[in-house]
Amino acid sequence: MTTPLADVASSNATLRAFLHGLPGVDRVGADQRAAMLGTRSIKTSAKAQAIDLAISMVDLTTLEGADTPGKVRAMSTKAVHPGGDAPRVAAVCVYPDLVHVAAETVKGSGVKVASVATAFPSGRSSLEVKVSDTALAVAAGADEIDMVIDRGAFLAGDYVKVFEEIRAVKAACGDAHLKVILETGELATYDNVRRASWLAMLAGGDFIKTSTGKVQPAATLPVTLIMLEAVRDFRDATGVQIGVKPAGGIRTTKDAIKMLVLVNETVGDDWLSPDWFRLGASTLLNDLLMQRQKLTTGRYAGPDYFTLD
Amino acid sequence: MFEYAPAPESRDVVDIKPSYGLFIDGEFVDGSGQAFKTINPASEESLAEVAAASEADVDRAVQAARKAFGGWSALPGAERAKYLFRIARIIQERARELAVLESLDNGKPIRESRDVDLPLVAAHFFYYAGWADKLNHAGFGSNPRPLGVAGQVIPWNFPLLMLAWKIAPALACGNTVVLKPAETTPLTALAFAEICVQAELPPGVVNIVTGAGETGAALVAHPDVNKVAFTGSTEVGKLIARSVAGTAKRVTLELGGKAANIVFEDAPIDQAVEGIVNGIFFNQGHVCCAGSRLLVQESVYDEVLASLKRRVSTLRVGDPLDKNTDIGAINSAEQLAKIRELSEIGESEGAERWSPACDLPERGFWFPPTLFTGVAQSHRIARDEIFGPVLSVLTFRTPAEAVEKANNTPYGLSAGVWTEKGSRILWMADRLRAGVVWANTFNRFDPTSPFGGFKESGYGREGGRLGLEAYLDV
Repeated sequence: MTTPLADVASSNATLRAFLHGLPGVDRVGADQRAAMLGTRSIKTSAKAQAIDLAISMVDLTTLEGADTPGKVRAMSTKAVHPGGDAPRVAAVCVYPDLVHVAAETVKGSGVKVASVATAFPSGRSSLEVKVSDTALAVAAGADEIDMVIDRGAFLAGDYVKVFEEIRAVKAACGDAHLKVILETGELATYDNVRRASWLAMLAGGDFIKTSTGKVQPAATLPVTLIMLEAVRDFRDATGVQIGVKPAGGIRTTKDAIKMLVLVNETVGDDWLSPDWFRLGASTLLNDLLMQRQKLTTGRYAGPDYFTLD
Repeated sequence: MFEYAPAPESRDVVDIKPSYGLFIDGEFVDGSGQAFKTINPASEESLAEVAAASEADVDRAVQAARKAFGGWSALPGAERAKYLFRIARIIQERARELAVLESLDNGKPIRESRDVDLPLVAAHFFYYAGWADKLNHAGFGSNPRPLGVAGQVIPWNFPLLMLAWKIAPALACGNTVVLKPAETTPLTALAFAEICVQAELPPGVVNIVTGAGETGAALVAHPDVNKVAFTGSTEVGKLIARSVAGTAKRVTLELGGKAANIVFEDAPIDQAVEGIVNGIFFNQGHVCCAGSRLLVQESVYDEVLASLKRRVSTLRVGDPLDKNTDIGAINSAEQLAKIRELSEIGESEGAERWSPACDLPERGFWFPPTLFTGVAQSHRIARDEIFGPVLSVLTFRTPAEAVEKANNTPYGLSAGVWTEKGSRILWMADRLRAGVVWANTFNRFDPTSPFGGFKESGYGREGGRLGLEAYLDV
């Protein structure tokens, strides 16, 4: 960690003092700002640009107990070739035991393999299990690890425990990028979202991510806005840029474009790339492809013209 | 990198006639004054020719209102309510058309006319419709009577909203009205006249007389007007107060302001910055309660100012009909000249001027969002109402100093307080001499909340239960 914040995590007291010293978030104001940005009207050439950008930012995800190697292979193939001349997506996101399938399929394409780990989605296990879960995914070829924080410890005020866990998982990641899932739907307040964002960044996360997708509400606009403000302020304070990934509930092109508007008007160009902003989603891709085709042909094709993977 | 393509709202929804007459006794009639043109301030194109009401025309309108008063005031409140509810519903049905018309004539961004003005206009009529049959229980005695004919003069900054603030409570209480819209923004008031016809409002209950200052002066001075309601500049407000002095006319005045928006070190900074932007750049700063003086606590000054400049740099200035525009056109050449003059005075008096890089259209009246730092209390930009997108930034150290600076103005319309500490909000609100004190928000309006000024910001309240008092003989 860079000097200005080096000692922040030396004890729970210092960490608490720092996190609670961050400016508060006024819920009404944050909701209003997000709603206002949600009214931006993105049309024609801007829409085309936004759709391709959104496709390139998708972390195409399947996280079901019923996932099969076949399903992961199909999804990974689509990640590389979404259809027509659409750009490839950013990554595929799967459970650790299916990482090798995904890795083989996307090999050499530039599409990354992300894996959830650390007793996803609840995070209710020992640190040892979480670390070995992470190591398993990395060994199988994951480029990115999506970990969950211990919400219980966070809400109980045991910030050091959360901090140390993220550090340990980060160490287990090796070269893999670490995305820290805050599960904002369980954090209850926007103040907590801001504090958890800073905690994850201080502990060495490369990305902060809203949700597992298993808890509602997930990636709302205001929560994403607050996390974007956090990465902006963190870079101002430390010079280190951290990525943001809203995930869960982003289903339509409209939802995705609202997210891009949020990025554009909160943190700007520097974050408008798959290196710094991702959209965790499963059904979103087909809607983006459908809208993309509508823009080029002027007509909507039926759902049978888009593959279900 | 991510540039928004133009997203203009369609003009097809409005049907502007080449010329408009006066609306008197339920009909459009010719005016006998010199007709004038109303223009689109964003392009300077002429939109329509509008009749000017002479003294004789005003007299006809007042007579029509007088004639209608007997029947209208005798209607049971529930019957008057039906008309008001009907008007409110028609406004909602025609909201898109009215929003486009408002943006064309006024220059304000469609996002604001669509999302702020029109919803509030309808809400005002709905709200006062609800009071019409409950006046006996409003706290003004058992059977409060209306005043009679109300002469109402409104400004150009929120043409239809100010009309709603004036007409809705007046009609609910049983008065009839003659309303004069501003010279530069008559079109939505004339569209409202059509709505009165559509709602089958009895003739003469609402009369609209267009014209300039002389028309307004004739209306205010008319001996058969029982009540004068004015929203506009303090200068004109004083003239009106003089002209009605010594008569039995009731007066309410809603005048200028120079509101302090006070940001404490423990404020929710990101939302405070939004509130500062909304406080001064909403409606191009053409807002009497605009937060035109920013008072920032010293300890967070650098942080707030950096954040504010970054945010102001993202404001989108341009075509009012583009759905992504944040700041539209200045309403008139005259107003633009005034904003320019005061800004130049600000610079020459030593304050530091800053605006983000922004391309302004060539035609029309435009002024970039502007901040002045290093402003002292004695600077004219900290004292005079600029009524444009120009913010004066001052600092303070203690809460007492914030109160002293905030109150050190002849105005007293509104104030804003930003802090996460509830007790400080109450402490400040107790001490601020302003009609409205917003806490952790700014420029929020609601028909249930009374609005009005202290000192040279005027007297009387509009909105809420208190707003009824201005139209009842109590």
